[in-house]
Amino acid sequence: MADDKDVLRDVWFGRIPTCFTLYQDEITEREAEPFYLLLPRMSYLTLVTDKVKKHFLKVMKAEDIEEMWFDFEGTSLKWHYPIGLLFDLHASNTALPWSITVHFKNFPERDLLHCPSNSVIEAHFMSSIKEADALKHKSQVINDMQKKDHKQLWMGLQNDKFDQFWAMNRKLMEYPTEEGGFRYIPFRIYLTMSDRPFIQKLFRPISPDGHTHTLGDLLKEVYPVAIPNDDESKRYQVVIHGIEPLLETPLQWLSEHLSHPDNFLHISVIPVPSD
Amino acid sequence: MSVSLLWAVDVYGRVYSLSTGGQQWEQCHDAVLEFKRVTAVQQCCWGIACDHHIYLNVHSSDVPIRYQEETYENQRWNPKDNFSDHLLPSDRWHWSDITGLEHQPLDSFLLPSTNWEWEGDWYIDENFGGEPTEKGGWTYALDFPATYTKDKKWNSCVRRRRWIRYRRYKATDTWAKIPSEGHSGPLPDPFNDISCGGWEISEEPRGRLSLWAVSLQGKVWFREGIHHHSPEGEGWEEVSLPGEVVQISCGPGDLVWAVLWEGQLIVREGITRDCPQGSSWVVVDSPNPEAGAIHVAVGDNVVWAVTKDNKVWFRRGINSHNPCGSGWIGMVGEMVMVNVGLNDQVWGISCVDRAVYFRQGVTSSELSGKAWKAVNVPRDGDIRSHSSASISSLHSAGCFFSGEVQAQSVMSEDLDTEGGPQRAVLEVGACPSSPPPEPPPIDPDVPKPRIPKVTSDSFISEMLSDREVKQEGATAAKCPPPALVLSPSLSGGLGDPQWSNVDLEETQTHLAVGPAVVRGDSADTCSLSSVATYTLCQGEPYGADEHPLWAWVSGGGCGVNCHSQLNWFNSATALASSVQSMSLSISPAQTAAWRKQIFEQLSERSKREMDHFKHYEQAVEQSVWVKKGAMQWWRDWKPHKWVDVRFALEQFSGPEGNQDGILFLYYNFNEEKKYLHAFINEVTILVPVLNDSKHTFAVYTAERTKQRWPIRLAAATEVEMHDWLALLSVSCCDSRGIQGPPSKQAIWSVTCKGDIFVCEPSPSLEACPYPTPCDQMFWRQVGGHLRLVECNSLGVVWGVGYDHTAWVYTGYGGGFFQGLASSTDNIFTQTDVKCVYIYENQRWNPVTGYTNRGLPTDRYMWSDATGLQECTKANAKPPSPHWTWVADWTIDYGISGGTDREGWQYAADFPRSYHGHKTLKDFVRRRRWARKCKLTTTGPWQEVPPIPLSDVTIVLCGAQSSVEPIPLWAISNKGDVLCRLGVTLLTPAGTSWLHVGTDQPFKSISIGGANQVWAIARDGSAFYRGSVSSESPAGDCWYHIPCPERQKLQQVSVGRTSVYTVDQNGNLWFRQGLTPSYPQGSSWEHICNNVRKVSVGPLDQVWIIADKVQGSHSLSCGTVCHRLGVQPMEPKGQSWDYGIGGGWDHITVRGNSIEAPRVRMPSLTPSLTSSLTDPLRPPPPRSLLPVMITEMENGNAVRC
Repeated sequence: MADDKDVLRDVWFGRIPTCFTLYQDEITEREAEPFYLLLPRMSYLTLVTDKVKKHFLKVMKAEDIEEMWFDFEGTSLKWHYPIGLLFDLHASNTALPWSITVHFKNFPERDLLHCPSNSVIEAHFMSSIKEADALKHKSQVINDMQKKDHKQLWMGLQNDKFDQFWAMNRKLMEYPTEEGGFRYIPFRIYLTMSDRPFIQKLFRPISPDGHTHTLGDLLKEVYPVAIPNDDESKRYQVVIHGIEPLLETPLQWLSEHLSHPDNFLHISVIPVPSD
Repeated sequence: MSVSLLWAVDVYGRVYSLSTGGQQWEQCHDAVLEFKRVTAVQQCCWGIACDHHIYLNVHSSDVPIRYQEETYENQRWNPKDNFSDHLLPSDRWHWSDITGLEHQPLDSFLLPSTNWEWEGDWYIDENFGGEPTEKGGWTYALDFPATYTKDKKWNSCVRRRRWIRYRRYKATDTWAKIPSEGHSGPLPDPFNDISCGGWEISEEPRGRLSLWAVSLQGKVWFREGIHHHSPEGEGWEEVSLPGEVVQISCGPGDLVWAVLWEGQLIVREGITRDCPQGSSWVVVDSPNPEAGAIHVAVGDNVVWAVTKDNKVWFRRGINSHNPCGSGWIGMVGEMVMVNVGLNDQVWGISCVDRAVYFRQGVTSSELSGKAWKAVNVPRDGDIRSHSSASISSLHSAGCFFSGEVQAQSVMSEDLDTEGGPQRAVLEVGACPSSPPPEPPPIDPDVPKPRIPKVTSDSFISEMLSDREVKQEGATAAKCPPPALVLSPSLSGGLGDPQWSNVDLEETQTHLAVGPAVVRGDSADTCSLSSVATYTLCQGEPYGADEHPLWAWVSGGGCGVNCHSQLNWFNSATALASSVQSMSLSISPAQTAAWRKQIFEQLSERSKREMDHFKHYEQAVEQSVWVKKGAMQWWRDWKPHKWVDVRFALEQFSGPEGNQDGILFLYYNFNEEKKYLHAFINEVTILVPVLNDSKHTFAVYTAERTKQRWPIRLAAATEVEMHDWLALLSVSCCDSRGIQGPPSKQAIWSVTCKGDIFVCEPSPSLEACPYPTPCDQMFWRQVGGHLRLVECNSLGVVWGVGYDHTAWVYTGYGGGFFQGLASSTDNIFTQTDVKCVYIYENQRWNPVTGYTNRGLPTDRYMWSDATGLQECTKANAKPPSPHWTWVADWTIDYGISGGTDREGWQYAADFPRSYHGHKTLKDFVRRRRWARKCKLTTTGPWQEVPPIPLSDVTIVLCGAQSSVEPIPLWAISNKGDVLCRLGVTLLTPAGTSWLHVGTDQPFKSISIGGANQVWAIARDGSAFYRGSVSSESPAGDCWYHIPCPERQKLQQVSVGRTSVYTVDQNGNLWFRQGLTPSYPQGSSWEHICNNVRKVSVGPLDQVWIIADKVQGSHSLSCGTVCHRLGVQPMEPKGQSWDYGIGGGWDHITVRGNSIEAPRVRMPSLTPSLTSSLTDPLRPPPPRSLLPVMITEMENGNAVRC
């Protein structure tokens, strides 16, 4: 049987085949060919689309170019969500490759944050990690790290270096054996059909009487609608990294193995496709 | 942690034990009598019953207590009768002991008590000094007493032979009465208190214990001669006293305190290994002048006392030099008694609620602990009635009950008549002058039993005096009215004996509270059954809110410490969890559906999202990643020293997308910047070398293994070193595409530091003629700490620690670096204990005798074994920062050569051979001091309690199905031969040990193909076990195999067919002439010398740990070597190939059953075949080193 470490690798090396097409209203000098790319699920859109930008700039005039942004079937894609989450949330039941439209105009100020440079992504990423560690270890682990350690986490993500990242990230995943888990599980639950961006609450991996909390326990507490009743058919899919873990999966294990590099467990709750 | 027991007695005299792995008090059901007090140690529990006699309960073990009786039959030759029983008048007895002084005919041997039984009849010992004798076991000599030989010579005038018979202690797990006999007849008065301990005073004889007892008149008695082979001891000896004693307490070591009637305390002084009962008493005042002491409890280094006002006191300043301590400290809590168990842990019984309390937070640095915490677990009676009730209720509910009312009426009709006698008994019990009844096997609630107010003693004494009354009550119960006769058949018919005990009145009272209680307990059962549940449930002896009342507790056998995880303090936790945590096989977590689902879905996802799109461009280009750091390097040129270097790992993607990297080491040489590099994919092993001054590790490549000169690096901190090691290990594994746990074929090895390494054998490792060179094998570390590890090709792996603890590999995960993405489910805490030794050296001079003033040329007066290093008590350190001291320095009497009473060994001069007594020619002496240290680490190993082992072996091949038993044999650290039952692929830990009888202790064992079992006895002789098969896993008898001439064998390893042994002088021997019909073979053939260990695998491949050879005067170090040229027709092979070393201690290749790919006749086309066996790397002509390389100077990556 495979080792749990293999899960981390599979998760890290998850790729989404994507087809980037330029938005039809963008003005080009000649026709823009679509651009195909394997996007790392763990990364951020604006961090891995330099090639896309370069590709489309070739057919555009410099004065027509503003900040690049993306949409999928009309939904603006938030770059500060991990790519895998965006895909699961918006496109998980569509045909591959994922078809993303590229814009260089009319930045949707209401929907998206600006991303002038990679340092903004880094700041966002690091603040997520810090928030997660505040939940997990009262920030003790992240605060004990040096600046270069923080950099190593970021560089690991940026350069897609599993070993580099995990050599440091493993420290964030440790916990005292006698406590059986983190203080709180850093998680966010995203709903496609809700106005709230996501649900986030304090939730412990172990119940007060010593039982292990599962994914089902979390949903029951936080978003019970997602759990099908006995007598009805399943209405929602609970998706993490493109898979649907069983509801009895221990939450602590999920947090250790299926968290994104920002140390959050990003859970998408999407309606079952009606076919 | 192995499971051990806490013992307690409740106020009714019932004895209970609570397992450290359990969650309920188990009643000791064979205690026919009520008990007053118990005192437990790990192997047994002593108690005083209400008849004031002492009883002993020896815990059963897989290895029985056996004692070998022996006697000698002596004969003299005369011309007429040849050898005959006619001896000269001046001769010894015809039957005598070994000295000939004692007359010992066979029928003079009697069992010491009824607790013993003979194992068989007398038989002749045909083994003489490791050699089989001629027929009849006779040994010959010129005359008595003389040197005997096994050969009859022309001048042999006398002969003798040894007869052996074993007796076995049979009264295990039961209370055996100890006759209260003194030296001169029965003791004058009965016993009142008892305390057992003293096992740390001396290991000689094995299992020695001190037992102190106090009689009603206040006299103190010491039980003599208690040890492993005499668990009952021999007799009582009175100890003189300054007053009358009421209670006594004896610790594991030399601490003994007692309480006097007047309330002072006395402390025993002069307890030594030669005089375990001590010599004199010193009086210590009571902590409180107004209220005298009534109770005392001592441990290793602590004394606790209770005064008459129930206050608890802790004695300050107790240590091995000052058994009296320096002052009292009042503690919180009011107790009737306290008890100090193992590790100085403290137990008490509160005078408020009579509950057992555990003192939390007692550590060696904080012996007084932090707080009292109540042990809150149910008794087995409570739980059993609950569970059986709910089970039976499910069956019975639908059949017999349709509702409460009817249930009641059914019962009242059927059982009405029964209430009479039951109540009669209860009334007797409630009568003020009578004791509460002993609980009948299934007991209804005892209404308001009397709770004694003072101590259990007075209560039980009272109980004793009232015993006649009670017996009347019992007789009354035994003569039931005719109506009761119906009840057995009735209950039999219903299939539930509890019914017969249902008491109507009780039922009704329970009805009021029943439903609420019951629904809380068994929420799952449906409402219908709950009706039945509570009606049955009232069979339980205690209501839910009534907690047991304890009178006495003893933790002397209870191996907990402040870190132990106990489930004793919260009865709400489910019983199931404790059961689960004890299971040794693959835990449900790995086989859980959720995990499977994740693995499956992830691979599905990869297929879906990536398989068809591999031609797409990657968003992130793979680039080079560099990690840099500062390190120190043990430089390559002389003078060797640590120099500061910059260190960098450059990682990049190899051509096939695999990770690869290069190590760079930048240094200055003559003001010039230089660097040294190593390719990650050429690194063969990373060895952490922790010593007390630096955090170092060694990096080997094949080239560096040949050179015996690794790159040695030191990091600034331990954390930094582990970061680097973790990263480098992952990089190395990545570059070689090695992932996950070791395969079943893996080769395991252990260094002298206890680090465990594993190597995945390549198919061409055993190829002939061009195997993979040994120095190219890639080793990675597995977590844990072991002395030896053994495996087989089915993936069963066992290990033995330095402290002889047996461990089983949990077969999953196995990440070495904590938290690095490896599953932690099968990673457990592992501890190991070993001793650090230093020597105290003295020289004799005519004026002052022996002093610590040596000659200027002498060694240090405190030194290591060689005398070259100064080692004092103060500056000696544990082997590495991972080890911590757990005890103080003690004199080691167990050193070879023997010692005198103070541990000294004498010699004419340093360094010479030492002996244990002083002679006129001796001018120097030394003694060895030992100090225990302990290592705590983690690894994929789980303990197999309780028997400590010295060797283990697992059958080479065989079982294929997951439930088929896998033969596994072991030698206990006492030399018993054991056979493990119930070992299968699913349960690699097995279930229990089967003891295999031997005439002498053993030290090495190996089981090869076709169930051939070979073993080596401690006297160096070899044995073959006959008729071992799957039907008879323990075989039937031992065949003695003569040793090679003048050699004592040390270790054996049996392959598919080959048998190899190593003797005490490092010679490797091959057994000639083995055939299926004569598996014992014919003779030993010498292969080579300088061998420490041998491991023969399922292909008959031979691997050894070779000792260093020349000029070694330090501790020997080992190198892994592989025998080349081993073929079916040539099992001895031709030459050695040298692998990783030195510092290796153990290797096992018994898992590697990968046959090399077949090649054509090598002699015809060597170059062609070589490229066939290993296309990537045509082996260069290797110059095999003619003799073992000297690794003295630079070879030891791991220095002993």
